[in-house]
Amino acid sequence: MNVHEYQAKQIFAEYGVPTPKGKVAHSVEEAVENAKELGGPIWVVKAQIHAGGRGLGGGVKLAKSLDEVKELAEEILGMTLVTHQTGPEGKLVQKVYIEDGADIKDEYYLGIVLDRAKEMPVIMASTEGGMEIEKVAEETPEKIVKVAVDPTIGFQGFHGRELVFGLGITDKQEQRKFIDFASKLFKIYMDKDVELIEINPLIRTGSGDFLALDGKMGFDDSALFRHPDIEAMRDISEEDSDEREASEYGLSYISLDGEIGCMVNGAGLAMGTMDTINYVGGTPANFLDVGGKANAETVAKGFEIILKNPKVKSIFVNIFGGIVRCDRIANGILEATKLVDVHVPVIVRLDGTNAPEAAEILKNANIDNVIAATDLLDGAKKAVAAAKGEL
Amino acid sequence: MSILVNKDTKVIVQGFTGGEGTFHAEQCMDYGTNIVGGVTPNKGGQEHLGKPVFNTVAEAVAATGATVSMVFVPPAFVADAVMEAADAGIELAVIITEGAPVRDMMYAKMYATKKGMKTIGPNCPGIITAEECKIGIMPGNIFKKGNVGLISKSGTLTYEGANQVCTEGFGISTAVGIGGDPIIGLSYLQLLPMFEADPETEAIVMIGEIGGDLEIQAAKYIKENITKPVVAFIAGQTAPKGKRMGHAGAIVSGSAGTAKEKMEALEAAGVKVVVSPAEIGKAVKEVLSK
Ligand SMILES: Nc1ncnc2c1ncn2[C@@H]1O[C@H](COP(=O)(O)OP(=O)(O)OP(=O)(O)O)[C@@H](O)[C@H]1O
Ligand SMILES: [Mg+2]
Repeated sequence: MNVHEYQAKQIFAEYGVPTPKGKVAHSVEEAVENAKELGGPIWVVKAQIHAGGRGLGGGVKLAKSLDEVKELAEEILGMTLVTHQTGPEGKLVQKVYIEDGADIKDEYYLGIVLDRAKEMPVIMASTEGGMEIEKVAEETPEKIVKVAVDPTIGFQGFHGRELVFGLGITDKQEQRKFIDFASKLFKIYMDKDVELIEINPLIRTGSGDFLALDGKMGFDDSALFRHPDIEAMRDISEEDSDEREASEYGLSYISLDGEIGCMVNGAGLAMGTMDTINYVGGTPANFLDVGGKANAETVAKGFEIILKNPKVKSIFVNIFGGIVRCDRIANGILEATKLVDVHVPVIVRLDGTNAPEAAEILKNANIDNVIAATDLLDGAKKAVAAAKGEL
Repeated sequence: MSILVNKDTKVIVQGFTGGEGTFHAEQCMDYGTNIVGGVTPNKGGQEHLGKPVFNTVAEAVAATGATVSMVFVPPAFVADAVMEAADAGIELAVIITEGAPVRDMMYAKMYATKKGMKTIGPNCPGIITAEECKIGIMPGNIFKKGNVGLISKSGTLTYEGANQVCTEGFGISTAVGIGGDPIIGLSYLQLLPMFEADPETEAIVMIGEIGGDLEIQAAKYIKENITKPVVAFIAGQTAPKGKRMGHAGAIVSGSAGTAKEKMEALEAAGVKVVVSPAEIGKAVKEVLSK
């Protein structure tokens, strides 16, 4: 689960990680109120969406008067912000963050993620703040300092020293401040079951203080049960409504651009099915993992969600029945076609336990647009042919 | 021969008396797995599925001599259970539980490593030595005995791959579902040498996914150390960047961890890489009839 910049900064503040003062606003009036409260003389008006690259997209702007704050809030609130992370459709801005303008001397990058190879968190820092860190990693990897921290000992002084010496911070006062900043951030990472924390830019001000000007945080969904405070920050308007609806039924759904709807059990097989459709010349319309419980209700829900997408020309149901027997799934599929009006051809491939019985059931049902397939390749080919109207 | 487990392996079940634990323990016993008991706190002294229940893993180990634990403990408590197993001297914990917090597994894995306990999973179908010992939730009937070793991040692709191998007239020595979470136990790097050393295994099927770089490391290892033919499939060639695909681990960040990158690395290591899982069976036939 991701949160907004203003929420990340609330968490920073709780832990004493320095940030400029700021307040979120849902309307132009509120934005101006916030600006008055902050006092100025310079404010930054920042679009709050779950995506980066807002600055370049025109979602972060500097204001030098209250009138300017008003103008900018009017401009940014309600705009559809397109950045390299939103996709071409962009994201509707429903909140703006009004923040004290900071005196930027240097821009750094600081992030913490899990290093899967080392199996511990790694702190990444760079003097190349403000830039896209992926580019830095690619073009000048030596400019990224990486310090893995064994969580059983936690953040120690030497971790901090590796960071500041790596970044070339030589002033002792500044070293101390930066190390304190990083150690608090590490504490947040561990305490809150963070998946990714990223500050770009982390700035050094003219007076030698370090401030988080940006804050991106994602949390481990599996650990949200022990963080009601984080769960309460969920902004469902930032999440894809179909994906969310699917998740309420235990389905994992992600929409794509193609024409062939997919319904599969298991994330790996679901990806493998999409790859196979691609392999035989088709395009998948979605990823949909129905998980271990492919019954009439979940299959019906799956059909419903897939068919909301008008581009879908055929559906490929690919289930490898393990513990769940195929004959049961076949009956579930038939029942689902009665619950939902399925107006496109449905190709069904059922393999595994009791597959022959399942094939028999589908055959006897004799429904026009339900077509049985013998294996994965056959199913993918039939789904592609059906989408082209050639079946 | 096989790797890690066989018909003599003594297995206990943590989370034995719960719904999932009961259902799958029974299936495993039907398959022939030597389940010698289980652990459920406060149910010690009872009998379940005809086997003794213990309060702690230490008691279970002392009484039964079990060396492997199959873990069905709910996600919030699973790390605790895994660490208990490590502390009690279990040699291999097979963690089926889905949805374990990453931080918890990070600590559990570190402790397991310190205690010399191997782990498989979490969020995986488990391990099966065909027609001998099934420790997990896979449908046992599709695994016919044979000479192909299988390692897979994905559960259903394990079944798909094994089924194709068997349909082509071959069979499975041992299949291991390693899981696709960010922190996992045994992986390609540890399992490949075991299959290389296993006289029964003549070919290896490796099923990977986008995200992380385990497959890249595996490619390097294969190039230098594996003499047996390897067939590989990497799921997620058509997955969009940055989107989550059900497995927490399957996140493509930038260029690292794409299917393309992994497929190229494996190909360069002499692995027979297939673009669709539908080709796994045929590819195995091809490499084995060379
Ligand atoms: N409080 C502030 N005072 C002065 N300048 C600011 C302030 N906040 C942001 N900026 C400027 O605006 C730029 C963009 O802001 P920010 O990094 O928060 O958004 P972003 O573009 O979405 O981030 P990213 O590109 O990392 O995804 C910053 O690099 C910084 O130069
Ligand atoms: Mg930024």
